[in-house]
Amino acid sequence: MNLFLTISFSSIASGLHNWLGTTIQSHMLAMVTEMVIAGLCLLVFLVPLCFVLGYMERKVAAFMQIRLGPNRVGPKGTLQIVADTVKLLFKEGLTPNASDKFLFNLAPVILVVTCMLAIAPIAFARDFQIWDLSIGVLYVSSISSIAVIGILMAGWSSYNKYSLLGAMRSGAQIVSYELSVGLSLISIVILTGSLRMSDIVMSQETGWWIFRGHIPIIISFVIFLIASTAEINRAPFDLAEAEQELTAGFHTEYSGMKFAMFLLAEYINLFIVSAIAATLFLGGWMPFHIGHWEAFNHIMDFIPSSLWFLGKTFAIIFIIMQFRWTFPRMRVDQLLTLEWKYLLPISMVNTILVTVMAIMGWHF
Amino acid sequence: MFLKEYFGTIYKTVKSLLTGMKLTGYYFTHPKEIQTEEYPDNRATLTMFDRFKGEVVMPHDENNEHRCTGCQACEIACPNGTIKIITKQELQPDGKKKKAIDTFVYHLELCTMCNLCVVACPSDAIKMAQTFEHSVYDKKQLKKVLNNPGSKIMEGVE
Repeated sequence: MNLFLTISFSSIASGLHNWLGTTIQSHMLAMVTEMVIAGLCLLVFLVPLCFVLGYMERKVAAFMQIRLGPNRVGPKGTLQIVADTVKLLFKEGLTPNASDKFLFNLAPVILVVTCMLAIAPIAFARDFQIWDLSIGVLYVSSISSIAVIGILMAGWSSYNKYSLLGAMRSGAQIVSYELSVGLSLISIVILTGSLRMSDIVMSQETGWWIFRGHIPIIISFVIFLIASTAEINRAPFDLAEAEQELTAGFHTEYSGMKFAMFLLAEYINLFIVSAIAATLFLGGWMPFHIGHWEAFNHIMDFIPSSLWFLGKTFAIIFIIMQFRWTFPRMRVDQLLTLEWKYLLPISMVNTILVTVMAIMGWHF
Repeated sequence: MFLKEYFGTIYKTVKSLLTGMKLTGYYFTHPKEIQTEEYPDNRATLTMFDRFKGEVVMPHDENNEHRCTGCQACEIACPNGTIKIITKQELQPDGKKKKAIDTFVYHLELCTMCNLCVVACPSDAIKMAQTFEHSVYDKKQLKKVLNNPGSKIMEGVE
């Protein structure tokens, strides 16, 4: 029992690291092995995560639309998404004759790879992180903006006007909303004084930034949620794949597993965005503490840090899903008005407020 | 003035978005609001609502008597020839001949459940039933005769 309590993700990771270091003599080979193991763990984590998110999305959508949702395959329909995956596996991965075949097949790979890269600096639990680099926040925001290249590539190479229109819309959208996302991330970086993810989490030991940062941080949290919903092309900002206007937008021509990779990328992106929001604003894996309530804080410490992280992340995922099933899609002009006339000026003023607050030390 | 309008827009937007989220949140947390029914499973307890129109039927009482006088108002009212009434001349006890129905033919495959025949009927002889499981393998089975064999018109219905 005592042994069981001491096991944590960080102890497993460091144990594995030490074991590889002693058993494999070559330093290079040990490092490569460790990377491969980390990558495999990531895949083993992400694919079931996408199943869970897909099931969650369908159930949340159903309940919000007063329906039942999937309930035939498996208990309560839990295996529905597995059945869908099997169906997609058996489908023909068609490449249109007129398309640019190399780019057409490369585009879904680029999207998935950018998602996988962006997940690297996210802290899943206490001292459990794939790559704790010193510019974590900057890295994530720059990697995630590469995804637009994948979308543009998919739209362009399909040789289909719907795909191209969807991709162009997506390009305009991501380029504009990137600014607000960046500015709201900066407001946390100003308070923390570091771009490193672990530093940002540690700085919230006495309280999460959303509680300590007064109204400006709440505003930047809301702006981050809105802008990142736009950046991952989810409703109400799903102009890139607007079903009613563009059939399916940039992935109209994709089928089979190539289409499944777009879905995979969409759900991983959703997870990443929520994980970043949870890390920056809600304290990542940091437990919930209230001032001097020692007993309460102690109970909170007993909940494993990975559960804290996943709980916060899923709460934000739920909010983003609720956005999708509540709000109607925006027009292109409304989309750009929202960004350039509202979100960007507000987040600029907000950044100044946060800076003043940080200089004067007004936050808790 | 401009600033007032600007922040007024933001206030109105946030307020209306939150109203929407409150409603969907209410639906999410209250599964009893769900309208969907698991149809083949709940066949035993399934009750259709009053105004559901499944098919035209002709009610008969315990003496095998219906209320149809054979006036053919329903046949005239039907927009796509669903109803075909074959009449006969029936000899009354007092020696007079009277028009009565021989067969009331109803083509379910042509019916659009528009309810016009039921509205047109002057003697309330036909009504809409709430059954809806009509699928059959042969089209011929959809042609129905609504009056029971050996049935006759109820006393006092003119």
